[in-house]
Amino acid sequence: MTLNKETLLNWYKKMLHTRFFESQVDAFFAKGMIHGTTHLSIGQEAFAIGSTAALHADDLITSTHRGHGECIGKDADLNRMMAELMGKSNGYCKGKGGSMHIADLEKGNLGANGVVGGGFAIAVGAALTQQMKKTGKVVLCFFGDGASNEGSFHEALNLASIWKLPVVFMCTNNHYGMSMSVSRSTAVANIADRAASYEMPGITVDGNDPIKVYEATLAAVERARSGEGPSIVEGITYRWLGHSKSDANRYRTKEEIEAWKDRCPIKAFEQYLIKNNIISQQESDEITAGAKDDIVRAVEFAQQGSYPGIETLEEDVYA
Amino acid sequence: MTMALITYKEAVRQAMQEEMRRDENVFLLGEDVGVYGGAFGVSLGMLEEFGEERVRDTPISEGVIAGAAAGAAVTGLRPIAEIMFSDFITIAMDSLVNQAAKMRYMFGGKAKVPMVLRMPGGSGTGAAAQHSQSLEAWLVHVPGLKVVMPSTPYDVKGLLKTAIRDDNPVVFIETKTVYNKKGEVPEEDYAIPFGVADIKRVGKDVTVFATGVMVHRSLEAAEILAKEGIDVEVIDPRTLVPFDKETLVKSVIKTGKLIIVHEACKRGGFGGEVAAEVMESEAFDYLDAPIKRVAGKNIPIPYCMELEKSAVPQVDDIVNAVREIV
Ligand SMILES: Cc1ncc(C[n+]2csc(CCOP(=O)(O)OP(=O)(O)O)c2C)c(N)n1
Ligand SMILES: [Mg+2]
Repeated sequence: MTLNKETLLNWYKKMLHTRFFESQVDAFFAKGMIHGTTHLSIGQEAFAIGSTAALHADDLITSTHRGHGECIGKDADLNRMMAELMGKSNGYCKGKGGSMHIADLEKGNLGANGVVGGGFAIAVGAALTQQMKKTGKVVLCFFGDGASNEGSFHEALNLASIWKLPVVFMCTNNHYGMSMSVSRSTAVANIADRAASYEMPGITVDGNDPIKVYEATLAAVERARSGEGPSIVEGITYRWLGHSKSDANRYRTKEEIEAWKDRCPIKAFEQYLIKNNIISQQESDEITAGAKDDIVRAVEFAQQGSYPGIETLEEDVYA
Repeated sequence: MTMALITYKEAVRQAMQEEMRRDENVFLLGEDVGVYGGAFGVSLGMLEEFGEERVRDTPISEGVIAGAAAGAAVTGLRPIAEIMFSDFITIAMDSLVNQAAKMRYMFGGKAKVPMVLRMPGGSGTGAAAQHSQSLEAWLVHVPGLKVVMPSTPYDVKGLLKTAIRDDNPVVFIETKTVYNKKGEVPEEDYAIPFGVADIKRVGKDVTVFATGVMVHRSLEAAEILAKEGIDVEVIDPRTLVPFDKETLVKSVIKTGKLIIVHEACKRGGFGGEVAAEVMESEAFDYLDAPIKRVAGKNIPIPYCMELEKSAVPQVDDIVNAVREIV
């Protein structure tokens, strides 16, 4: 495995960015500085960052309502992300999309999605483009455990399989879809088990270990890129915070949440880096401080932006 | 009648609870309706009372939620199915439109499909384009469906009871921005028949016909206009299918002027249907001005709060429309 120091530190920084970005968003929500709703992925950073690390810069992703980490993994600009959440015209969607709709088409991010399961078919179509135009690019389709119970999941996987499309279905299994645990909502134990129905490989990995996630994703991406077709890569992880702003956590215990917090993917990765003499504690502290500063700058950028003018209201409905 | 002051949300819950106590065939299914209590807390406490058998959490599968409701309904149960946001009706559309709505007619009048599909609709929560739509016109267009759109706690409770007791598929669109609004509701059992509009404010100068949250905005507008000496009549149809044409026609004959207000996009909206009904009626000869529609812009709902407000009618827009016409 050719994971050099620079690569690993880049992942570490992106995981920290995701954590600090979302912590800031959470705080702004509490103060009423960000409105609407948002879904935070705190605790799940390793899956988003480890998986997108297996892509080339011009590969594509489809993301979900809980997609800030995937955006960051795909090298999104933190400034424009924060501006979008604050509804500003210098945000990714000119203030028209918000947290659930960040899209960065230039970098291959085909968008977060407010509709659970909304990305499956889009990813399949995007993969069809790559196949028909022989671009050699691959699409990563992110989805949650809960989303795999939508009909479109099954239709998309079947089509991707029979046409051998260059797409990898990336399941962030955080144990719950809102209040529904996987064991209550889903007939199989692991979402990757469903791959068998579509004659594709399915693998379940520790979603809190970015290296394991990276390795599994890379294998699936290489397979897809070489024309052998799709796979499912599932990462087991946990959502520390409520589903969204309205969640009283009635469906799970404090003990369960605390036990997963003890398995913090960022802390664990830091320890890995230090133990293997890749960085010192001091370097880690510097990277952490730098990542925090980046979020401060993103907030400044967002605050300097203006709200979209009323003249933009009816713009961009049609091309 | 003794009255209680309760929220719209509580009124929905009470209607479900009372009907479930009355009839063991009635049950609730949907995403997170159990321990979570529904995304908006509408069914909080119902799991505790009725248990998992009758308050059923489903996977995230709108197609089968609506379709299983239809299948259960045609075989003797009376399901209430919840779609978390009305926007996701798109995923349930085949079950609803091609199956539930058509069974009775296609089968030569042999089937009954007593199901209610509840869903919160509308904008105003900053949740952007995929969580804010008002799609009632799509549903109104489908023969075989009844479409209900209550605006107050009193109406929502009485109409939900009727919906549950009805032998047809009923799409029940709840106005999410009024979930926490309070109103007087009788403590005794009551039901409101379908197809009976409610005159929410009696007036003589202009008829404002409004649905959902626009009923409240129209009433606010009417108070502002009253200070200018303009007397507005506000009509809330409460059910779009069946539609109470008579109450509207009578009002227009009285006032000679009609403004139709809804949150949904103007193009293809229910307002066009209402205008056409009036034009085809005896009220046509009494109109002193062209009918006006005050409706949502023909755009997806934007995220930024100011833009979101501008996308759908506000009190001022209704006030201005009335001033222009009177
Ligand atoms: C079609 C559709 N149904 C329901 C919802 C409401 N909803 C938003 S997120 C969510 C849970 C999704 O669970 P999962 O796919 O596991 O993703 P997670 O939230 O755990 O990241 C639900 C039910 C939605 N947005 N879209
Ligand atoms: Mg989940």
